[in-house]
Amino acid sequence: MTSYRLATGGLVNRAAPLAFSFDGKPMAGLEGDTLASALLANGQMLVGRSFKYHRPRGILTAGASEPNALVTIGRRERTEPNTRATVQELYEGLEARSQNRWPSLDFDVGALNGLLSPFLGAGFYYKTFMWPAPLWEKLYEPFIRRAAGLGKATHEADPDSYEKSWAHCDLLVVGAGPAGLAAALTAGRAGARVILVDEGSMPGGSLLFDTAMIDGMTASDFAREASAELQSMPNVRLMTRTTAFGWYDGNVFGAVERVQKHACDPASHLPVERLWRIVAKQALLATGAEERPLVFGGNDRPGVMMASAMRAYLNRYGVAPGKATAIFTCNDSGYRLARDLEAAGIEVTAIVDSRPTAPPGYRGRPRVIANAVVCQTKGNKSVSAIEVLHDGRSETIAVDALAMAGGFSPIIHLACHRGSRPFWSEENAAFLAPQDLKDLRIAGAAAATVGIAACIQEGSAQAAAILSELGISCRPAALPNVEAEEESRPAKPLWSIPGIKGKAFVDFQNDVHLKDIGLAVREGYGHVELAKRYTTSGMATDQGKLSNVNAIGLLAEARGVSPAEIGTTTFRPFYTPVSFGALTGAHSGYHFQPVRKSPLHDWAAKNGAIFVETGLWYRSAWFPRGGEKTWRESVDREVVNVRQNVGLCDVSTLGKIEIFGADAAEFLNRVYCNAFLKLPVGKARYGLMLREDGFIYDDGTTSRLGEGHFFMTTTTAYAAGVMNHLEFCAQALWPELDVRLASATDQWAQMAIAGPKARLVLEKIVDDDISSAAFPFLAAKEVSLCGGKLHARFFRISFSGELAYELAVPAGYAESIADILMNAGAEHGLQPYGTEALGVLRIEKGHVTHSEINGTVIPDDLGFGKMVSATKADFIGKVMLEREGLKAADRLRLVGVRPLDPTASFKTGSHILEKNAAATLENDQGYVTSSAFSPHIGCTIGLALVKRGPERLGEEVVVWNGLKSEYAPAILCDPIFVDPTNERLHV
Amino acid sequence: MASLISCPHCGARPKEEFTIKGAVLSRPAADAGHQAWTDYVYLRDNPRGTHREYWHHTSGCRRWLVVTRDTVSHEVGFCQDAAAAKLAEVRP
Repeated sequence: MTSYRLATGGLVNRAAPLAFSFDGKPMAGLEGDTLASALLANGQMLVGRSFKYHRPRGILTAGASEPNALVTIGRRERTEPNTRATVQELYEGLEARSQNRWPSLDFDVGALNGLLSPFLGAGFYYKTFMWPAPLWEKLYEPFIRRAAGLGKATHEADPDSYEKSWAHCDLLVVGAGPAGLAAALTAGRAGARVILVDEGSMPGGSLLFDTAMIDGMTASDFAREASAELQSMPNVRLMTRTTAFGWYDGNVFGAVERVQKHACDPASHLPVERLWRIVAKQALLATGAEERPLVFGGNDRPGVMMASAMRAYLNRYGVAPGKATAIFTCNDSGYRLARDLEAAGIEVTAIVDSRPTAPPGYRGRPRVIANAVVCQTKGNKSVSAIEVLHDGRSETIAVDALAMAGGFSPIIHLACHRGSRPFWSEENAAFLAPQDLKDLRIAGAAAATVGIAACIQEGSAQAAAILSELGISCRPAALPNVEAEEESRPAKPLWSIPGIKGKAFVDFQNDVHLKDIGLAVREGYGHVELAKRYTTSGMATDQGKLSNVNAIGLLAEARGVSPAEIGTTTFRPFYTPVSFGALTGAHSGYHFQPVRKSPLHDWAAKNGAIFVETGLWYRSAWFPRGGEKTWRESVDREVVNVRQNVGLCDVSTLGKIEIFGADAAEFLNRVYCNAFLKLPVGKARYGLMLREDGFIYDDGTTSRLGEGHFFMTTTTAYAAGVMNHLEFCAQALWPELDVRLASATDQWAQMAIAGPKARLVLEKIVDDDISSAAFPFLAAKEVSLCGGKLHARFFRISFSGELAYELAVPAGYAESIADILMNAGAEHGLQPYGTEALGVLRIEKGHVTHSEINGTVIPDDLGFGKMVSATKADFIGKVMLEREGLKAADRLRLVGVRPLDPTASFKTGSHILEKNAAATLENDQGYVTSSAFSPHIGCTIGLALVKRGPERLGEEVVVWNGLKSEYAPAILCDPIFVDPTNERLHV
Repeated sequence: MASLISCPHCGARPKEEFTIKGAVLSRPAADAGHQAWTDYVYLRDNPRGTHREYWHHTSGCRRWLVVTRDTVSHEVGFCQDAAAAKLAEVRP
């Protein structure tokens, strides 16, 4: 026989049927069902195959700890593997599929693994399949991986959205069972800001399946009334479907809210999950307790279930486990299930109690076999009989369901997430949460408190204690009147059971059985952390919620010590699996990172720019024109046009920093290695910034716009880093200096106008006199544009080596000024040019970028040795620059390089070898840092860092590309390929 | 996952807003000698317990702070503006 739905009872809505399917088979459930309760209601007891031995498995629990009933739900891009059927709410149209079986759940070829089980014990892959060694990677491992496994994730992109949120409260209560509800009510009524989270779809916890009467109401009605009162309080936030998964520094809790995981078609305006970080002044764990399985032969057969889970299916979901149920218990809790089954009219065939006598007060009708154990179950794909050992004999009893009640372990995971260890309490036969935790208390079954009345009382008392710590006054509330069967203290745990036949599972999810634990101890892996790794007990998606304490108890017995001496493995977040989607939040796809667009982006786009991503920026790389088939054609044209006419390039992405203050010049003098103290107002200067270790950090031009006002530019890549660095220098190193910094990168649009006709174009829109006499090379000042309509900053600086200016205008005017310039320049051949042409122009001129300033070079390596001030008392990098190694004669230094054959080329990153030298590390002379085709020279040219480079100009070398085994004979030359005497700059 | 830093200017803020530079060290004088400079640039202690570090409130007030934290308990103690800390060190 199988499980089935009772005609009445439970909190399910019998007027609201829901259709779903399992392995393609249509089934019907009810609103309020979980997938597990609906499967049981349909008589589906076999729901999956086990990880290693492919044994048939059913539903073991009714909650988050489920190790067996893992299924894949959803379809296509919403496929979700390893979903615990016991917590997944049923919805109309849900499609569920079993896992780890082939070709079908009922007939699974992998079950043959069971026959191989003598070879598959703990650590088998360390011992077997060792020879021949090459077969491990090619044959054995892939085979084992295919055979053992869980569900498969989809490769399709997740269509749903996720978000993250912060919340703050005086008191966070985790768990809305009797203790949690009582605590939240006490604190809420006192006016404290309370957040109550519960992983279930409705608050109540164990109240939802308990038969106690509270203040004359059923337990579930009491829970409903309490939550209604909480929901009416503006200072209380009640969050269901929310799992607090971790406890972090600063009393911050991580929680995931499953906003729409119970919906067939998630609404697109809401996230499917929301990740919460909850900052709590104080927190109370009311997370309840987990019932432990008993370890006997065939304890994994479908139809065997935790006693409390059976109560939940019976009382909350109206589902009977079978027609003839047996209960195997080592404490009084098994008798509560017997009473509930009897009340529902379901036959209890036997209560097998491991204790010498049954509880004296028990008056139920079922047969009680005391001083007895179940040594094995029998059956094919579900249990059909149990073998009971009592009075020295064995008796086989036909049953179709078996409950096991091994005692309770408080759920204390969160309390252990910040390093404190739990301790073993002999009195409670359980590991309890570490004591004296800061700002965290425990109440209810999580604190090993037994009975609804005691849990309510404790929840309320703990909340009152917390309120008094927070300085919030509260009146002692009247406690509700609870009518329930008296609960007894926990009994001695039953770890190993005599006379076991067949495999007795300790960890169901990982197929770890009793013998594996013994093997681990015999082979020297008896330490709890080693045993976990050797046997895999306590690993995978359930992290041993059911198995850990049993494994510890069995280890303790095998070693002849107390569980206190064994201790637990480390508890780590997350309590239950958290999806990558929730952790990612909104940061996926287009929103993975922000896009930065220059104020001239739209101008560039309408001029046909091809954009390139550089960091977050989109920079215009080149501007193709009609007829140009390759990027090189466009770039060559842009370069030639700058050299012959004039070009306009967007350089807005350079970092721009305003520096003010009476000591601004002194400040710059200390952060640059060259002198800035005496830079005259109205002048720009190239500056070289070192790191404290003497290597170059960044470069750029800084202009003095007033006595106490400088305008610094940085490279695009290091804009943020330089700003942070300057702030550090100003605040942490030299707070005595009067200097103020402001980033202005986004406030100014900056254009380079370069080429022999640059002045002819600019004269048409700049009102001031910009003749070479009035505005010579390196001049910098504020100018007026277009007849006084706009003020701009104007610099005569050149990256291309041509007569060139940079014009900075407020960002909002960028596009109009660029348009005006394009119109004004049309008669002079003005064309836009992009970063590719910019790169070619600077390589031709021998100007460096971060391709050369790569963290290994000092000023002298780049020919800037004379720039470094010899007279300044101090600057960043001064002392370390004097190190012996940085003065070595054979340092790599900047040179130019060009192929002997003008039709040959080479790539950046290629290495330089002496002529006829073999390509070995010892023979390496340096490498090419930048290379480009130079239309001006008519061949590929490069900049390179070469040992003693400047002393070797004219030497024939070989440029070697090791990736492609290409050798290009080349010659070392001056790095300045264009206008070495700088005549063009000064025209 | 989470942690809060009490910025003296902005109040308690999530640690993601901050950038950590490392230990608070006193920058040697230019003539302090090679050993002092090597220590300053390259050598770091890895203390168990109290540790004073420079933290930059990069996504907040953009002030550099001296944050005292415990490397064992992760407790974040005193947070002070770095300029104030430096000036207080110089004055007495």
